[in-house]
Amino acid sequence: MTKLMQWLFVLALLGTAWATLALGPLGHHLPLPCQQVLHPFPAYLLVAAGCYSLATVGYRLATFNDCEAAAQELQEQIKEARMDLWRRGLKF
Amino acid sequence: MAAGRARGEKYSVLLPTYNERENLPLIVWLLVRSFRESGSHFEIIIIDDGSPDGTQEVAEQLEKIYGSDKILLRPRAKKLGLGTAYIHGMQHATGNFIIIMDADLSHHPKFIPEFIRKQKEGNFDIVSGTRYKGNGGVYGWDLKRKIISRGANFITQVLLRPGASDLTGSFRLYRKEVLQKLMEKCVSKGYVFQMEMIVRARQLGYTIGEVPISFVDRVYGESKLGGNEIVSFLKGLLTLFATT
Ligand SMILES: Nc1nc2c(ncn2[C@@H]2O[C@H](COP(=O)(O)OP(=O)(O)OP(=O)(O)O)[C@@H](O)[C@H]2O)c(=O)[nH]1
Ligand SMILES: [Mg+2]
Repeated sequence: MTKLMQWLFVLALLGTAWATLALGPLGHHLPLPCQQVLHPFPAYLLVAAGCYSLATVGYRLATFNDCEAAAQELQEQIKEARMDLWRRGLKF
Repeated sequence: MAAGRARGEKYSVLLPTYNERENLPLIVWLLVRSFRESGSHFEIIIIDDGSPDGTQEVAEQLEKIYGSDKILLRPRAKKLGLGTAYIHGMQHATGNFIIIMDADLSHHPKFIPEFIRKQKEGNFDIVSGTRYKGNGGVYGWDLKRKIISRGANFITQVLLRPGASDLTGSFRLYRKEVLQKLMEKCVSKGYVFQMEMIVRARQLGYTIGEVPISFVDRVYGESKLGGNEIVSFLKGLLTLFATT
């Protein structure tokens, strides 16, 4: 099963569950507050997923390491390498 | 120290180059030093695609300095792309492990001993460097590039659930037969190629270990993969999403 199929499968499952509960005959037996929560459920889910994504990407962005030290170390090593290679007769 | 030698392990480093005259001697020097310190058996295969800046000439000097058993030159007449450069290099590799890295100094050889340790620790088929975990990170990226990178990585993780944190990086160690198998299967180009390698590896049941790396953006030379990167990345991602 491809990843696309997996997604469609889960979405279809959730969708049918929601439809039968919120729109189907079953839903009428539920207490009114329940029905009111259930109706806009897909919209809630969408907003929650959006918020989660933004928060996750934002957090990872803020904690993305800046490798200052690695860059400096590399500069030092480049000097060392040039000297040694020059001594070994490399013509740059 | 010579545990790798005793077990007959040999590491072949594939270095594809295009206009890396400045960087090539430095990366080779760092590689040789790193391998000598760790005592591993190694060879460096340089695949130059007819660089107009004379990279090949520098490569020949390096071959003289370090010996033709350590530095193997496998040039091609013209620029034929990275994917085929790896295949070409792999055909000449005599090691049982292959390390793929960029020659532009953004991948530091000091991480290779860590890759090797990691591989032995979990007997992994692949060890992938990651910029997105632990002490990993980048240097020289502006905010825009970081946003794109983090965003693209998040979308990829959600859609593909690949079980590895850095899909577009190309600093990795492979068992030779695993790389051969993956090369046969993978058809994408550019960044998507690296991504496809990991996705297919998972499909085939190969194990993947990860080592945090610091990625220092190239100091010398021009960036070659430009243009419609993002569009082709998204296309490739969706293709993998729909087909794997
Ligand atoms: N043999 C060969 N090497 C290539 C070719 N294109 C790129 N390379 C090399 O592959 C490595 C990665 O390419 P880069 O140009 O650094 O790509 P990048 O890291 O995505 O982009 P920048 O670092 O931002 O320039 C470098 O060592 C290049 O010299 C090619 O067509 N043939
Ligand atoms: Mg690069």
